[in-house]
Amino acid sequence: MNQVLNRPVSYQEASARERLQQMFDPGSFEEFLPPSERVISPHLAQLNAPVAFDDGVAVGRAMLGGVAVYTAAQEGGFMGGAVGEVHGAKLVGLLRRAVTDKIAAVVLLVESGGVRLHEANAGLIAVSEVMRALLDARAAGIPVIVLVGGSNGAFGGMGIVTRCANVVIMSEEGRLAMSGPEVIETANGVEEFDSRDRALVWRSTGGKHRYLMGDCQRIVADDVKAFRAAAQEAVAACSRQPAALSLEALEAEQKMLDERLSRFGSLRDPVDIWTAMQMPQAGNIPMLDVDSFIAAAATRRQGA
Amino acid sequence: METLNYRFEDGTQRLKSAPQVVGVVGSGNLEVLIEPAALDGACTIEITTAAVGFGPIWQAVMHDFHQRWLLADARISINDMGATPAVVSLRMDQAVQTMLGEA
Repeated sequence: MNQVLNRPVSYQEASARERLQQMFDPGSFEEFLPPSERVISPHLAQLNAPVAFDDGVAVGRAMLGGVAVYTAAQEGGFMGGAVGEVHGAKLVGLLRRAVTDKIAAVVLLVESGGVRLHEANAGLIAVSEVMRALLDARAAGIPVIVLVGGSNGAFGGMGIVTRCANVVIMSEEGRLAMSGPEVIETANGVEEFDSRDRALVWRSTGGKHRYLMGDCQRIVADDVKAFRAAAQEAVAACSRQPAALSLEALEAEQKMLDERLSRFGSLRDPVDIWTAMQMPQAGNIPMLDVDSFIAAAATRRQGA
Repeated sequence: METLNYRFEDGTQRLKSAPQVVGVVGSGNLEVLIEPAALDGACTIEITTAAVGFGPIWQAVMHDFHQRWLLADARISINDMGATPAVVSLRMDQAVQTMLGEA
């Protein structure tokens, strides 16, 4: 129906499977281990908890503007997209198969709170295996592109996985961090971080701050078509440069983080950081539309 | 968790397309997996639900669903996280409509 009316489709509000349908060439998504295979979590049933037939992630092959890619979409609606043993194994299998099949790129539609703690060590191992598989794919010359625009963001282990990718594409609504707001508040107190202050949460972890800090390379509007176009451009750009993570890139990243800490480490709020970066009208940044924001950030963002 | 099974024998409508899943296992929601299956003409429904003790309501909702669609040789599997009867009915209709290419 949305296609008929040609309205923008919110990436944030779409389910994982809706995103796969809308992101890629129509009807091109072919799923590996579809729900009818019923490869479900062995742990959740023991805990008397509900399972999903796809364990919260759909993986497969799709065409992106005529280019074959492998893709995975995490479903934030099922346990916040958290990575359990089966969920993680599906991501690892996809990344390994990408290497075997020498696919042009892997596009990960990340939406996850991180490890599914119900599954304890199996979940922790699963997410670390995803990181290793992602870096192995890059080492084999397969670029990995991560999209972050779901309401659950990309946190914990999946935040790390996201930052291991060649390119990260976010919307302002997307969030990317290690510990989630409630975890920080629980561990360090409400004075350190008020997880109920939604404006603060988005200022600190949302796409605009990540773009200014150099943690994501592209920022787009909350529109599936915008994500599709950015992913397509990223796949094309990645084909012209080495995909592997080099020592030089790692050292440059470390240097950037050192500089970030020394320049901004003592500041309390992202607005203070934006002011220190000489962003015009720093306090008004959350109100800017994406194009005005990109223009304002052009010469000032880190890693530009 | 509770598992409920229903089987309806008098359906006439057979589904031809590949298995489909609709919905998400989230709070107040459910996922419905629908597949063609050789079941001697029957339509079977297996429900795994987090809300224990609502068997009679499920029975009524499944009966109504079967009367609407009269599916034959169809296997329906549901993972439920406390969806209301109206949501269940809408999701099941969406599943059949997706199979029929109407959604």
